[in-house]
Amino acid sequence: MTAVLRDTWVIARRDLTHWRQQPWGVVINTLFPVMIALMFGGLFGGAIGEGYFDYLMPGMFALTMFFGVEATMTAVSSDAQKGVTDRFRSLPMSSGGVVAGRCLADMMGSVLGLVVMAIAGMLLGWGWHNGMLQALAAFALLLWLRFALLWVGIFLGLTVKGPESVSMVQILVWPIGFLSGIFVDPATMPSWLGVIAQWNPLSATAAAARDLFGNPGAITGSREIILAIAWPLLLTAVFLPLSVRKYRSLGG
Amino acid sequence: MYGMTRVAISARGVSKTYAGAEQAALNGFDLEVPQGTVCGLLGPNGAGKTTAVRVLSTLMRLDSGTATVAGFDVMKQGAQVRKNIGLVGQYAAVDEILSGRQNLVMFGRLNGLRYRDADKRATELLERFSLADTGSKPAAKYSGGMRRRLDLAASLIIAPPVLFVDEPTTGLDVQARQEVWLAIRELVAGGTTVLLTTQYLEEADQLAGHIAMLWHGRVVSEGTPEELKQMVGGDWIDLTFASPELAERAIPAVRPLAQGDLHAEPARISIPVAERTKAMLAIAGALSAEGIEPEEISLRRPTLDEVFLEISKKQEVAA
Repeated sequence: MTAVLRDTWVIARRDLTHWRQQPWGVVINTLFPVMIALMFGGLFGGAIGEGYFDYLMPGMFALTMFFGVEATMTAVSSDAQKGVTDRFRSLPMSSGGVVAGRCLADMMGSVLGLVVMAIAGMLLGWGWHNGMLQALAAFALLLWLRFALLWVGIFLGLTVKGPESVSMVQILVWPIGFLSGIFVDPATMPSWLGVIAQWNPLSATAAAARDLFGNPGAITGSREIILAIAWPLLLTAVFLPLSVRKYRSLGG
Repeated sequence: MYGMTRVAISARGVSKTYAGAEQAALNGFDLEVPQGTVCGLLGPNGAGKTTAVRVLSTLMRLDSGTATVAGFDVMKQGAQVRKNIGLVGQYAAVDEILSGRQNLVMFGRLNGLRYRDADKRATELLERFSLADTGSKPAAKYSGGMRRRLDLAASLIIAPPVLFVDEPTTGLDVQARQEVWLAIRELVAGGTTVLLTTQYLEEADQLAGHIAMLWHGRVVSEGTPEELKQMVGGDWIDLTFASPELAERAIPAVRPLAQGDLHAEPARISIPVAERTKAMLAIAGALSAEGIEPEEISLRRPTLDEVFLEISKKQEVAA
């Protein structure tokens, strides 16, 4: 067990060293969602009405978690393409350590991203209105979504071949992000689109976070919170075993 | 450590077909490498070299047959195999953002060393592979040869008894190739058993005491480099003509001088020869007697494809 923990830490530390060697990469990655928030808040805020930032920020938090899929996928696929994964697999180390290390590093990155977004949000007038405990619960639900998306990212990273497919997935991130309750209330969309957006896992987490933070657009009732717990659970239940299987059978 | 035998690597009837592939990547692959020797696995692209390495280093499961490395079964005792091997894959598998030293320390830690021991080992290896000056630079800034040396160093952290090296110099320039060869020779002097795959007869000749030739997933021939070179036969003389008609006319003139079947293409003839100077003179004489002027006459070593074609022909005859 201690060996797994040590391997996990060594692998996670590698990412922390990457941050230190390339601080601009971290800065750009964490500021990118802030920029999106400013853009949408500024552009649409006027049309949608007062307090749009208060509505938008919980959605932006969920989107930030969603962007994490790309980060995980890029890291995993680059290791696989460059043979680093093969080297790990040929070492007398636990395969659990490789995955847990990736997990730990990405979760640390996402916590950092959330903290930066929350500070930016507060500067723009967003805040939580239901007390610290509920706010922490909202952040926990967001990180829970990120944890589930981690497995999606690992699976995609092990499946895609080459940088072209990586950019494919990067493009697909956008329609999935827009077709949700992140930017606007799905109720305002054409009915069939609204239904899809409503069922988007990102919508559930965004709605639950709005509810817990006490931001406008909150749907009162426990349905959203249950969905925000259930969706990531389902994603994890599907993609965690898929990732493990893929990792074990790399190259046939 | 080696149990009963002194055989470091053994494969018997190993077969492997990739999912969805029509042809088997390995098809009855047999190999035995005695401890402390260097075996060169020589073959053209697609012969199954990398698959053999991946199966033996436990990265991939075999479909049938058995294989042991350092006395341990690759299918049933993967963890023990991994404790006894180093793998230098086809791409320099190092983290490009980390420095050379950070890479070695990380792989040392993952090999189970404490931080202090991993750091000490990194220093030793950087010295040994002439990377001490550049140890703190990110690996992305390394030249191809340096990156390969770092890759070799990373696979030697625990001084493995068995080392797999997959096409170590593919894509490297001449100087980098020399650097890598030097590094591998030093390893061999240290008593490591090495299985080296390569597409270059010259490379196998330089580094390996024993060469196994792999074709379509099985070893078609093996022996010392000298034995193989003899089997490979002598040189070839290529004649190029201005027109296919000239070539047609030249064939009957030069055919008696060929040591074996000559290969004719439109406007081009390849002739296997035994003694290079005599053959050159005889062919030139025969052509001038017929009044045929070739565009070009050149002497060359056989390509690996010709060698394998020759060997497989001999095998068909034998069968």
